[in-house]
Amino acid sequence: MRTGGRRAIEEGIFKVLMIGSTALVVSSLILILGTVVVKSLPALRLSMLFQTPKGGYYLGKEGGILNAILGSLYLAGGATLFAVVVSLPVVLNINLYARRTSAFATLTRFALDVLWGVPSIVYGAFGFVVMMSLGLRASLLAGVITVGLLEVPIMARAMDEVMRLVPLPLLDASSALGATRLETALKVAVRQALPGLITAVLIAFGRGIGDAASVLFTAGFTDSVPTSLFRPAATLPLAIFFQLGSPVPEVQQRAYASAAILTLIVLAASLAGRALARKLRRNIIK
Amino acid sequence: MSVPTHIQIRNLSVSYGDQAVLKDVSLDIPDRRITVIIGPSGCGKTTLLKAMNRLLDSVDGARVSGTILVDGEDLYDPKAEVTHLRKKMGLLSQKPQVLPMSIYDNIAYGPRIHRLGDKREIAAIVERELRSAGLWEEVKDRLHEPAARLSVGQQQRLCLARGLAVEPEIILGDEPTSALDPVSSRAVERRLVDLKADYTVIVVTHILRQARRIADYVAFLYLGELVEHGPAERVFTEPQDPRTRAYMTGEIS
Repeated sequence: MRTGGRRAIEEGIFKVLMIGSTALVVSSLILILGTVVVKSLPALRLSMLFQTPKGGYYLGKEGGILNAILGSLYLAGGATLFAVVVSLPVVLNINLYARRTSAFATLTRFALDVLWGVPSIVYGAFGFVVMMSLGLRASLLAGVITVGLLEVPIMARAMDEVMRLVPLPLLDASSALGATRLETALKVAVRQALPGLITAVLIAFGRGIGDAASVLFTAGFTDSVPTSLFRPAATLPLAIFFQLGSPVPEVQQRAYASAAILTLIVLAASLAGRALARKLRRNIIK
Repeated sequence: MSVPTHIQIRNLSVSYGDQAVLKDVSLDIPDRRITVIIGPSGCGKTTLLKAMNRLLDSVDGARVSGTILVDGEDLYDPKAEVTHLRKKMGLLSQKPQVLPMSIYDNIAYGPRIHRLGDKREIAAIVERELRSAGLWEEVKDRLHEPAARLSVGQQQRLCLARGLAVEPEIILGDEPTSALDPVSSRAVERRLVDLKADYTVIVVTHILRQARRIADYVAFLYLGELVEHGPAERVFTEPQDPRTRAYMTGEIS
């Protein structure tokens, strides 16, 4: 056989592989969304959105999951805020204060990568220990801290990737005008990287709001809408977990409805973020 | 040449790792003249310029010894306030680096961080600098559009105006026309010549013809060494060192 023939076959095999893999990815997205929507249809009612559960810990067939929707929004919102406050200084430090390639920056990146890989149940267990030692009980606050810690490596690494792309001559241009490092960091580097930073915040928010294991022991559960940082808060992932575990088909359908609502929240946040990022992109230096 | 000077470079050596880039350079920069630093690429021209506003601080592995005195103040004195020293020097880089903000904010950036005035005074600075850069008529109706939308030539003039807005004493140009078309290049050159009435201008270039057009004083660097320096007329017509002569005739480039 001519080598040309062999190479054409290689090309053919790889094309099939590429098309197959792409089809798998796209179809699984459609299948997941489809399954959730179809299975949730019998249970999806406005009362799901606007009422708290009737029948104890989601296991009744009546009422809604307003407690979990608000609980998850408060919890993931707080955790994301916490993660921004921690991640941004870390990222500015390893990109603008320490040299990007210094041993310190490399070590910080390594630590973040390892933390990224730590399973969320371990964050849950760690959060539980911290909570106990602070004398807290399962509460919105404990959940915010635990999920915040879970979000930090994800957010910081994603921010780091965009911050590394900020051109050094641009930073020099700001320094040359007599700006301090902080002024250069906040007014030039953050501004240049802003669309990417927003994406990083949203990725972390999406991870945080969807995580069940980290809130299992720390946020607790309740049927009522959260009113205090120091009281337990319901969350959507746990609502799904409990409802899906029920033997009653109607309650299982409610689990899918909860999943559909959670997915919609993540989708809405990500679309809003994209629109915002696009608006902010006009000032970026290419 | 016995003109006053406020920049004195004494025994300046710079190395990156174990590679010496500048070797024992001593030079007085004459006030209110255009000093042009010429030499083949890799001779240390840009390093010399960056040493003057301490931008080498952010370069990996750069080591600096010797002194650079600006108004008698040592730039590399650990107690020196870098932001204050840098404010004295406007930098024009090879590629125009506009900041990721509007045209107006680009000029206002420096005056705002140095608190040179209230809102109204800063607006006046912006207009003044844009006018003297010859940009006002071109941009007055789109001051709040991103500066990145300007042409490269306009961006470079904006960068010069931005540097002047913080009222520096010295203008440093690092091959400031290398990214520009001939017409924009000439505009920037003319502007630099105008500016020497009020400022000390130091320009690095590898374009000999440009050096001849604008230089009052010339320093020739070769392989990190300051080979020769003097008034432009003398260096160009009767270079003393055989290496300078070789560079002028294009034997080394």
